Amino acid sequence: MKASNLQWKEQLGDRVPDHLAAELDVFEHEIALKKQGKIEDRVFAETRLRRGAYGQRYDNGQRSDGQTTRTLQYPSSDTKGPNTLWDAPGMQRIKIPFGGLNAAQLEMLADLCEEYSDGIAHVTTRQDIQLHFIHIEDTPALMRRLASVGITTREACGNSVRNVTACPIAGVCREQTFDVTPYAKAITYFMLGHPDAQSFGRKFKIAFSGCKENACALVRLHDFGAIAVTREQDGKTRRGFELWVGGGLGPVPQQARLYDEFVAEEEILPVAQAIARVFARLGEKKNRNTARLKFLVSKLGIEEFKKLVKAEREILPYDSRWTDYLKDVPHYAEEPLKPPSLLQIGVGTKEARPEGFEQWYSNNVYRQRQQGYATVTIALPLGDITASQLRLVADVARKYLKETIRSTVEQNLVLRWVSESDLPALYADLKRVDLATPVAGTIVDVSSCPGTDTCKLGIASSRGLAGELRMRLASKNAELDEAIGGLRIKISGCFNSCGQHHVADLGFYGVSRNKNGYTVPHFQVLLGGEWGNNAGTYGLAIGAVPSKRIPETVDRITGRYRSERLPGENFQAFIKRIGKAECKKMIDEFAAVPTHDQDASFYSDWGDPREFSLGDIGVGECAGEVVFPVDFELVACEREAFEAQLQLEGGHIDKAARMAYESMLHGAQTLLKFKFLLAPEDPDKIVDEFRTHFYDTELFFDPFVRGKFAQDFFRAHEEAGLTRTAETAHQLIEEAQLFIEACHSCYQRMSSVPAKAAVG
Amino acid sequence: MNPDAVQHINLKIFVADTGAIDLAELVPVFHRWIKDSVCPEMLIDVADYAHVSAGPGVLLIGHEANYSLDNRENRLGLLYNRKAALDGTFQSRLAQAHRAALEACDRLEQDAALYGKLKFDRNAIEVFVNDRLLAPNNDETWQALKPELEKYFAGFTIERRGEPRDLFRVSISAGTRSTV
Repeated sequence: MKASNLQWKEQLGDRVPDHLAAELDVFEHEIALKKQGKIEDRVFAETRLRRGAYGQRYDNGQRSDGQTTRTLQYPSSDTKGPNTLWDAPGMQRIKIPFGGLNAAQLEMLADLCEEYSDGIAHVTTRQDIQLHFIHIEDTPALMRRLASVGITTREACGNSVRNVTACPIAGVCREQTFDVTPYAKAITYFMLGHPDAQSFGRKFKIAFSGCKENACALVRLHDFGAIAVTREQDGKTRRGFELWVGGGLGPVPQQARLYDEFVAEEEILPVAQAIARVFARLGEKKNRNTARLKFLVSKLGIEEFKKLVKAEREILPYDSRWTDYLKDVPHYAEEPLKPPSLLQIGVGTKEARPEGFEQWYSNNVYRQRQQGYATVTIALPLGDITASQLRLVADVARKYLKETIRSTVEQNLVLRWVSESDLPALYADLKRVDLATPVAGTIVDVSSCPGTDTCKLGIASSRGLAGELRMRLASKNAELDEAIGGLRIKISGCFNSCGQHHVADLGFYGVSRNKNGYTVPHFQVLLGGEWGNNAGTYGLAIGAVPSKRIPETVDRITGRYRSERLPGENFQAFIKRIGKAECKKMIDEFAAVPTHDQDASFYSDWGDPREFSLGDIGVGECAGEVVFPVDFELVACEREAFEAQLQLEGGHIDKAARMAYESMLHGAQTLLKFKFLLAPEDPDKIVDEFRTHFYDTELFFDPFVRGKFAQDFFRAHEEAGLTRTAETAHQLIEEAQLFIEACHSCYQRMSSVPAKAAVG
Repeated sequence: MNPDAVQHINLKIFVADTGAIDLAELVPVFHRWIKDSVCPEMLIDVADYAHVSAGPGVLLIGHEANYSLDNRENRLGLLYNRKAALDGTFQSRLAQAHRAALEACDRLEQDAALYGKLKFDRNAIEVFVNDRLLAPNNDETWQALKPELEKYFAGFTIERRGEPRDLFRVSISAGTRSTV
């Protein structure tokens, strides 16, 4: 689309490193071949995904306007992947290893978001940067410009090793065991394009944390999570990592399992390579829904998995890169621009402090382990930053630091090594461009995935809700007491968990419900997730609340916590003490949806005035006007799944598992009744008929995970009656909740609801 | 440089009085524009960045061009951002962007949902070139494009703006109305 695209290669010349230049030439060639019809859709899709070029909402050419789903008349009918039109704008993900950025890179991102995107760079929950509304033909020039400042988008998406994340305060953290940055960097470039990491069935995520207790790297939700530890051996302190494997969120969240309490530093790369080989060899390839490492670890068991990895490690051919970087590790250190200093302003004279400085200092400033230096967090609203703001951050990074900037998984930026006496001046500079909002790490600093704004899998508007909550909470930020102010809210637009809702104090993910003949946006509420301890506990869904009533729900929950908490009781302990039944009662107060005539606002989502519809994501089948109280039955299924949680909470593991399974059975039976008016009572027959009429026909299939939820149901049936552990019962409850969500979705597709929410 | 090689001409017409409008009010209006296909360009989506200070505001994303109520530098205005290349000369491309922006201003001013909250000052304009390679913000570009801009905006005051990192941009101001 850009007239200058072809000129950038010559213009940049040798500023693009040779190996990246060659890769980008190949990519450009592949684009040309695709335009000539010489590359298959699926192959090209994986090719561009591995370059970080994603699809975006409406890229199938279908868009709901609230009344009907219409075809968008893109100029060309060519495609760049299955059901993905060539001219449809897409998202470009830009990998930022461990979030490390310098000033020139920020300036380049500023230029690119102005010239190719919509003027905004978006920081993601994996420390990446994303640009939206990008034309595929602009991507080679965009990537060349990134390469000229040392950034590659290679393997930003696709079935590959994704951006390696690490604590944004690694190296300056007061509690770290040691700085994990050089290790995160080494593994990034070791695994990038590594032949052993090219044939995964799904993505592979790596994180490094400097300590166990904090959350900065969220190790326990990663495929490969390494926590810095040391061990005394032969009178010497040896560095290594406590290694966790097989964690992940998504539709079936699992916490990582402990692989080894101590993997020596010289072994961390070869062990990663060995795991990659085992994953590539034994991981699921055909069914992407069970292809993450977590499923392989669960299937094999951690001991068998370890045995296989150790065997693989023993036969790995030696690679000097495993340890070459270690000789530089002892000398690895960022440098400050200025000598250390103490914050002088405001000492004993409150009046002398710049307006707003105190609150900003309290929330956004972290005193480094290096005396006289601080790290400053720039809290970005919804992770968004403008081109002008990026340039200002580049300027201050040169003025106060040696360009030591990092992005964070909380969708913010941090500036490290600020000499403390510079803090007031830095605050003033940031404030000039509204980058000094004093909300970092508070309840106001809501994280969210893109949701229905741009993601084609989004069900509800996570960004819309995040924006609304942020605005409301910010208006009363000053009144919030410390216990409430320190809570975290994380929101995903669907069950895929890109917003990391499982590890928030208050987590939400988008779902839909049929109410009063319309499809109504809702959010499932999860309580009790733990951000600390490297994502130590995942929250469980309590129930769904209409999207428009989530702010009241948040007020209710936080209000109750404020008034009823015991001295020193944190939110997780409070939720545990009052119990899930009480939590459910709290949110049930907000479950009602007024009729469309009473309040039409419930039938559209936050920030989107269109009548809510699944038409943008769905492919539907209308079963005609069948009258059956399906909603009532499905709500009963939800209740049963919830009661299973209560049983689990009470320690009745087998009963919890049985109830979860029965809730799935009930859901399947409900759909059979909806389709045929009659359904069997015998579980085997329910499963057989469900398989015949909903699975084999793909009627039950989710557009994204296809038959996964049905497969969970079949497995639950096969395993019914087996003794379970608390962990496997917990997982079954998760699966039951998602199966019931899928029943809701299937029913919505089958029903002839709303002409107003009709699908293609 | 050859002015006729310059593409991606953007044009912003500033709002005369910024007090009355809440950016969120633009969201349903732009959705309606998509539904009713009111612009010559193929319209795709609405992007709402009202939460970002001095940012791109609310955008109507199109295939050939974006329209937005843009708030960069905290100066609200209707921005026409031409993305697709156009045949013709610099003059014809500038005229196309100007015409599209004026039509969008007319449409917004007349939109019943905005209750007359938007009034544009059609003599307060900025012109950008959204391509740093074709038109960096330097003296060479200024020297090459100044005669073209003076020809089109005859009688208007034209000033180069911004720093070298910015897109090439000029402000156009006058007491009289230009004609396209």
